[in-house]
Amino acid sequence: MGEINKLNNFRKILEKGPIILLIVSVLNEFDFNYLNLKYFSFNFPFILIYFWSLKRSGSLGYGLIFLSGLFNDIVTGLPIGVSSLAYLLICGFSAYLRNITLRPSAIKDWFFFGFTILVVNSLIYLIISLIFNVELNYYSILVNILFTFLFYIIFSGLFNYYLKLIFGAQSV
Amino acid sequence: MQASRDDFVIAIRSAFLKKENKQKFSLVALIFLTFLILVSEKFNLKPIDYLKISLREIAYRSTFIVSIPENFIKKSYIATKNHFSVYEENKILKERLDIELSKNYNSEYIIEENKRLRSAIEELESIPSEIVGKVLVDKKSPFLRSIIVNRGSRDGIELGMAVMDKSYLIGKIVEVTFTTSRVLLLSDLNSKIPVDLMPNNIQSILSGTGEHHGLIQYTRQQSLIENDAIVFTSGAGGLFKSGIPIGKIYKDPLNSRVIVNFFSDFSQLRFVKIVSFKGKPE
Repeated sequence: MGEINKLNNFRKILEKGPIILLIVSVLNEFDFNYLNLKYFSFNFPFILIYFWSLKRSGSLGYGLIFLSGLFNDIVTGLPIGVSSLAYLLICGFSAYLRNITLRPSAIKDWFFFGFTILVVNSLIYLIISLIFNVELNYYSILVNILFTFLFYIIFSGLFNYYLKLIFGAQSV
Repeated sequence: MQASRDDFVIAIRSAFLKKENKQKFSLVALIFLTFLILVSEKFNLKPIDYLKISLREIAYRSTFIVSIPENFIKKSYIATKNHFSVYEENKILKERLDIELSKNYNSEYIIEENKRLRSAIEELESIPSEIVGKVLVDKKSPFLRSIIVNRGSRDGIELGMAVMDKSYLIGKIVEVTFTTSRVLLLSDLNSKIPVDLMPNNIQSILSGTGEHHGLIQYTRQQSLIENDAIVFTSGAGGLFKSGIPIGKIYKDPLNSRVIVNFFSDFSQLRFVKIVSFKGKPE
């Protein structure tokens, strides 16, 4: 009986995996800056939020995504609310894709993700530079978008595996 | 045509306005709230200040804890890298030590002479007060280059204080909370400080680039700047004292840009000195 309880608890923790990963990623950033790679950066929370909002929208609550955006702004030093807006817009785009999709395809999701991060990053760039007068490195953002786009397909494979493993037949 | 437009509107409405199952808030309500926060941030309204202070206190401490595994990997990576380069580094350091020792004999005389000359022109003598801080968060965001240190207003930290790594300037304090503060590094795009280039005593402005180096800007005497010239703070504006070393000049032959390679490696900061230079009349 005790063994079954332990297994159930472990399963519950695994079901909260996306939430834990989101909190850790906004607080930690996974930036790999110690590798000193000049043009390497990617936005892991974008991939995580887009994937889980698309495939299993209940896994990440909108309220939690909003809060994690606020924390991300505090950690990175951006004007508060900027990341929350970006994250919520990504949720909106993925909800739209979910509504119009009859037959899901990984490639379509991937390209729509590329379009989404282009629109969201452009909007964020405009808000930060025009409204808050903060100077930004345009090329760094472009490289960040490119790597985020490229890494999506890798992480979506991993997340799909996790989705099937933990949620099994319940997942869409 | 009409039908496809209707489908688009229905899908958009359903995505943004409809509160989904298992969601406590609707997306559009949260986006509206975010816009309110952004507007309040733009106009520096009081409630946002309180929200920021509380979030900072939670976020900085949590970030430090959450970053422990990554920091462990980072330290192991750097230690391994250093281990392999130790022999070569030792040879170079021995040569440098010989050169520095010979320079050192002259420096004591120069310091004394400098003190005498300063008192002659009745310049304010700077009395630095120094606080050592530990780097809590060192994130290379694609947007900003900054670090968080575990010293705040309770330790006497104030906005604008200079932050140094050993004896090299690395940035200044731009945000202070009760227990922590944010340092804007010299490499950030928004960092601009007045500098002196030696030799030739050329006054200029050092701007950050968002990368690992800085750029010399707004100087008419670009041709007089020599490769390997040393960049010091000029003391103009009264924020920093003059003569704090920052980096070395490298003139890019391809595009004639004057690049400053910082003496300090901003990606490996663990402890920093936060210094206040307050003038005191002689």
